[in-house]
Amino acid sequence: MPKRTDIEHVLVIGSGPILIGQAAEFDYSGTQACRVLRAEGLRVSLVNSNPATIMTDPDVADATYIEPLTPEFVERVIAKERPDALLATLGGQTALNIAIGLYENGTLERYGVRLIGADVDAINRGEDRQMFKDIVRSIGADAPRSRVCGSVEEALQTAEEVGYPVVIRPSFTMGGLGSGFATDEAMLRRMASHGLADSPVHTVLVEESVLGWKEYELELMRDRSDNVVVICSIENVDAMGVHTGDSVTVAPAMTLTDREYQRMRDVGIAVLRAVGVDTGGCNIQFAVNPADGRLVVIEMNPRVSRSSALASKATGFPIAKIAAKLAIGYTLDEITNDITGVTPASFEPALDYVVVKIPRFAFEKFPGADPRLTTTMKSVGEVMAMGRNFPEALGKAMRSTETKVAGFWTGPDDGSSAEELLEALRTPVDGRLYVAEAALRAGATVEQVAEASGFDPWFVDQIALVGEVGAEVRDAPALTAAVLRRAKRHGLSDRQVAALRPELSGEDGVRLLRHRLGVRPVFKTVDTCAAEFAARTPYHYSSYDEESEVEPREKPAVLILGSGPNRIGQGIEFDYSCVHAVMALQDAGYEAVMVNCNPETVSTDYDTADRLYFEPLTFEDVLEVVEAERTAGPVAGVVCTLGGQTPLGLAQRLKDAGVPVLGTSPEAIDDAEDRGAFSRVLADAGLLSPKHGTATTFAEARAIAAEIGYPVLVRPSYVLGGRGMEIVYDDATLEAYIAKATDVSPAHPVLVDRFLEDAVEIDVDALYDGTDLYLGGVMEHIEEAGIHSGDSACALPPITLGSADLLGIRAATEKLAARIGVRGLINVQYALKDDVLHVLEANPRASRTVPFVSKATAVQLAKAAARIAVGETVADLRAAGVLPATGDGTDLPEDAPIAVKEAVLPFHRFRTVDGHGVDTVLSPEMKSTGEVMGLDDGFGTAFAKSQAAAYGSLPTEGTVFVSLANRDKRAAVFPVKRLADLGFRVLATAGTAQVLRRNGVDCEVVGKYSEGPGNCVERILAGDVDIVVNTPFGSPGNSSPRLDGYEIRTAAVSAGIPCITTVQGMAAAVQGIEALRRGGLGVRSLQEVHAALLAPRP
Amino acid sequence: MTEAILVLEDGRTFRGEAYGRVGTTVGEAVFATGMTGYQETLTDPSYAGQIVTMTAPHVGNTGVNGEDDESGRMWVAGFVVRDPARRPANWRATGGLDDELAAQGVVGISGIDTRALTRHLRERGAMRAGISSVDTDAGALLARVRAAEGMAGADLAPQVSTREPYVVPAVGETRFTIAALDLGIKTATPRHLAELGVETHVLPSTATAADLLAAGPDGVFLSNGPGDPAAADYAVAAVGGVLDAGRPLFGICFGNQILGRALGLGTYKLRFGHRGLNQPVLDRVSGTVRVTSHNHGFAVDAPLDRPTDTPHGRVEVSHVGLNDDVVEGLRLLDAPAFSVQFHPESAAGPHDAAPLFQRFVDLMESVRAGGEGQS
Ligand SMILES: Nc1ncnc2c1ncn2[C@@H]1O[C@H](COP(=O)(O)OP(=O)(O)O)[C@@H](O)[C@H]1O
Ligand SMILES: Nc1ncnc2c1ncn2[C@@H]1O[C@H](COP(=O)(O)OP(=O)(O)O)[C@@H](O)[C@H]1O
Ligand SMILES: [Mg+2]
Ligand SMILES: [Mg+2]
Repeated sequence: MPKRTDIEHVLVIGSGPILIGQAAEFDYSGTQACRVLRAEGLRVSLVNSNPATIMTDPDVADATYIEPLTPEFVERVIAKERPDALLATLGGQTALNIAIGLYENGTLERYGVRLIGADVDAINRGEDRQMFKDIVRSIGADAPRSRVCGSVEEALQTAEEVGYPVVIRPSFTMGGLGSGFATDEAMLRRMASHGLADSPVHTVLVEESVLGWKEYELELMRDRSDNVVVICSIENVDAMGVHTGDSVTVAPAMTLTDREYQRMRDVGIAVLRAVGVDTGGCNIQFAVNPADGRLVVIEMNPRVSRSSALASKATGFPIAKIAAKLAIGYTLDEITNDITGVTPASFEPALDYVVVKIPRFAFEKFPGADPRLTTTMKSVGEVMAMGRNFPEALGKAMRSTETKVAGFWTGPDDGSSAEELLEALRTPVDGRLYVAEAALRAGATVEQVAEASGFDPWFVDQIALVGEVGAEVRDAPALTAAVLRRAKRHGLSDRQVAALRPELSGEDGVRLLRHRLGVRPVFKTVDTCAAEFAARTPYHYSSYDEESEVEPREKPAVLILGSGPNRIGQGIEFDYSCVHAVMALQDAGYEAVMVNCNPETVSTDYDTADRLYFEPLTFEDVLEVVEAERTAGPVAGVVCTLGGQTPLGLAQRLKDAGVPVLGTSPEAIDDAEDRGAFSRVLADAGLLSPKHGTATTFAEARAIAAEIGYPVLVRPSYVLGGRGMEIVYDDATLEAYIAKATDVSPAHPVLVDRFLEDAVEIDVDALYDGTDLYLGGVMEHIEEAGIHSGDSACALPPITLGSADLLGIRAATEKLAARIGVRGLINVQYALKDDVLHVLEANPRASRTVPFVSKATAVQLAKAAARIAVGETVADLRAAGVLPATGDGTDLPEDAPIAVKEAVLPFHRFRTVDGHGVDTVLSPEMKSTGEVMGLDDGFGTAFAKSQAAAYGSLPTEGTVFVSLANRDKRAAVFPVKRLADLGFRVLATAGTAQVLRRNGVDCEVVGKYSEGPGNCVERILAGDVDIVVNTPFGSPGNSSPRLDGYEIRTAAVSAGIPCITTVQGMAAAVQGIEALRRGGLGVRSLQEVHAALLAPRP
Repeated sequence: MTEAILVLEDGRTFRGEAYGRVGTTVGEAVFATGMTGYQETLTDPSYAGQIVTMTAPHVGNTGVNGEDDESGRMWVAGFVVRDPARRPANWRATGGLDDELAAQGVVGISGIDTRALTRHLRERGAMRAGISSVDTDAGALLARVRAAEGMAGADLAPQVSTREPYVVPAVGETRFTIAALDLGIKTATPRHLAELGVETHVLPSTATAADLLAAGPDGVFLSNGPGDPAAADYAVAAVGGVLDAGRPLFGICFGNQILGRALGLGTYKLRFGHRGLNQPVLDRVSGTVRVTSHNHGFAVDAPLDRPTDTPHGRVEVSHVGLNDDVVEGLRLLDAPAFSVQFHPESAAGPHDAAPLFQRFVDLMESVRAGGEGQS
């Protein structure tokens, strides 16, 4: 069936900010969809609030709206753009929910917009868990017994019927938000009430538990003539009970016979047809009883999902791209498989390799958060690795995660007994594979480990095999080529081998020996068809096998090292920069070669770079890729400065190994990263930084503190995302910090800085070529210095800085760039205290804010950086039109719109072991998973949009509850008074109320949490409050005085109302509220904004 | 660990480890891309005489069980895998694949670059090969390989066919009785038919038209099987007789080729054949695409664009392989006969094509009802 002729203009809805459970994979899907639709000659409009995405690049859609993803704003876009179709199946749960909203409030009908992909009934049939189960049964398949409950009582009753433990699942949430197991009534009461709150429709599913069964997923596609294909089967190593997003998963399924697999396939196809997703992709989850093969259907996502992104990367079959084509009417047999170029897409990929996905967690960020893995997804990212067998893929995946340990034996053994380890395996937590291996080594049998962990015995046996190979390596009289090759074929890294053979002087020694013995990997190709047909796309993975498939090439190649797994502090923003580098280098006539291991990203789409190597970002693996490319043709060099800290950390070793490192040199990088070196840089440049010192003991630390004065900021050296940072106000707390800060040593000293209170923080992104500086943008933080730059909102252009400040900042940035020796991007964070500019840090690399700045100023900084890396100058780039002919980010036009970045925090996903929320207070340690951008003419409106995009709209009336730290009280009077004048009712705790009253703000006093019944927390939970302002009391670290605040903030989070924790944030909120009351927030496409910005200035 | 060697007739050699029975074997090297169903594959008579390379790296994970065999024994001439499982893990497993291979005398090799071998066969075509885990001298084995018979012209059906006729009763009430010509039939076929109320009388490959029609069956079925259809004139003759009798006829795989030849169409050897569970086939009548299970090295030669006149009336190509436009099915327009090149009985493979058995039943129904029996 040919393309539909009744569609000319499609609106695509993205998934918004990166959240746990809904991350970069939707940028990958959405970008593919937009490109496909445009290639088909359709007009594409796009709404997505996330500026860090490739899909919101102005050249991806015809009209791009970086606006809040709420039905209200999307309706405005529809009113302005008048699309005739809406594609909502590629933007995750967010897009799906908005589509439903627009359907229910009649917007779609009013503007004659057709939903394509899945219609509302299909979406409901798939998403409404009870309706879905009925469908499953109607086709003769099985599902866990359950009931949808609208009240806690109903839940308790259902639990009695199906028997404890039960699973609670809020309807219409994503990533298992609010779900989990209840083993008894008390637990069920608590979880059901949370769950009812989490569900947009206020119902939860109470379900029979199939804990410990094997979990599988199928990715299916269907076209409008009812052809259905299964793209990929995925088997979870972690059994039912651990969210797929948190499970180690493997493709294809490893432990099913053909009969069992085909049965699963039949059921999947029948379900898909019965639910009636008319075109596109869908994901169905199954559980299989390992004892008798009983198959039950768990759930279906009638849309492109996290798993479908994984499946696309795992098989080479681009699900989102094909889904978009199917949505506009093509059938699978009309679409060619662009990997083979000759066969159609109406087939099922055959794999001749094994794919392993391992999730990446961030519990260290949320002290007190319950680390147990359950039905609520908690991981913040993932890695994928491919190998010619499971052990090889597993080993590569384990070292891709970039955690402290990089595969078996690379970390210390705590020497626990087999019994202890088996016991530990019974509670799922991050890193279980290590425990399983240790247990086997401690003498546990495969059966025992399988029983305790719930892993299929086959997987356990494979781990045992790796263990045996490890033992061979350890015990071999000499490391012969044969022994090494066997080790490599089972996924052992040089680092692991070195750990087993201490005499080989470490990883480098092992590598040298290995190279001398000629034990090198080959590179195979992902071709969708197990080599039945030739592949045209160079999508490679390494394997210690015999035949390599890397083709020779003419053009010089540049390797771009990606940023690895998404994690807090290093996310999609860095992938954005890498993808831009790819484009820029292609324009400049190079072959762009991408190396990365994150399946969620656009950079690992085989369509993005000329060649893709899906490899761990370790020194060993990158070096082998470089070698392979050198044999293929000329290699200009490697770019290490766009993928965040991960590739930055490899720069020096690569250079030492004779690999040309492009752009800023490793030495320069060290000058910025090394504390001592950086102080010298600052001294030469005549720039100030907060007084500081480095300590390796408490005594030293106290001495430094005494000299520079409290408060001080302490942190371990060399960290990204401010890990382990604390503001300390006294010796006692300092001592406590040093005590708990593990591995403090001369090698890992603690940095002690004077903490600048009430300072304005400023973020700068700039380009430097050795002569000229191009200052991309100056961002003024809303929150004071002390709130991590990644977590604080910021505005561009800066709202309170004068041109004098800007010139000062420009001069300082230029000096820094020059002294450090930057060739490309530099990011500097300044603190402006009492009009004195202090340098907090300089990062000689692409920063988290590059995409935000690029979108706010219409200048592609990362592209420019890549061109500088290969030798072009700012002048060249101005001439080439990559940079504006004149001016830079410091002299934006007067009428330039204001862009506000707001961080999105995952607090609501974490609970303490006893089920309470985790504290939401912001600190120097980054905690946000993503960001949104609010773009409008004035600060107030832009800020209001950013809040709407991040948390849902600010209230324009109602009740505000205020409870402030003493030091904040004075500053807060004015904004609170303003709210009162706007008609807000004011509630306050006694101390705050007193100050407010003296200043003529009448307010009602409410008791502190500690003051029992009727207290503020109860009022918040009762829904009496519309917005909370609470700034932390006392000093972080010693919790007691802050407990009240903690209870207040967590209450606000569970009540789902805005909770502002800084005075500056409050002032901004007031402006936003005023703007909202003036009404009418308009929408404006990025293309319009950029046209205005780039218009020649008089 | 015993060393083993695999040598292709063009001299390319792979060294690995012995798998299954230690010994020496020769046959036609082919590759199969299915990711499940090795037990069904090994026991599929159509693989007789072939050294099968599994492109899926891990083989044997679910062991072997008493239910999934497609015939009384394993037929492959040799078995090539990359990573054999060390232990079976499946609730139905009754034993390990390694032991079963050894017990049934299947000589195999493991640990070689099966993808390199597959790419070689893809480019050069299926060819004779040998595996040995007793004499790992490449030269000696190469000589044996070159001395061996090729698949072209090989008549293998009689070797895999039943010697004695036997009956597979219908499940429940018997609605139809058919004669099945066993050219290498798989147990899944009579099973599917039985579920539709069909009683299947399985006859040896050498059965004549008279033998097939003797019991006055409602229809005749031609099974899959190994070898070169050009070498099975006896079957072609038998089918000719059945067509003359105007009895409803359904053939699959080898049976499709036999029907083609009986109609005067040619057959030819494909470069490397179709062996997998993921092959898209277009049903030109309904316009739908089915993902089907394939295992064939030969194919029927017929024009895709128009019906062809034959002594038995017009025949049209009903199914086409979308990967390479190979004829995947025939349908007579003036007689109650049709056939497909792929495997509706699957096992291993997707069940998309199973409705074809119903189509056969419907055909017998309409003929019985005195319909003109247009397939
Ligand atoms: N009935 C059940 N018994 C045990 N575990 C379950 C059950 N249902 C779901 N789970 C676990 O919870 C996880 C999340 O459930 P799922 O239905 O997939 O919700 P989500 O929409 O978050 O993906 C699953 O991956 C599975 O591991
Ligand atoms: N001396 C200081 N005074 C006040 N705030 C500081 C100081 N040093 C750092 N900060 C705060 O801590 C945050 C993180 O510190 P930074 O040096 O940028 O570490 P990271 O490498 O994690 O970005 C900064 O964004 C800033 O808000
Ligand atoms: Mg799920
Ligand atoms: Mg910083």
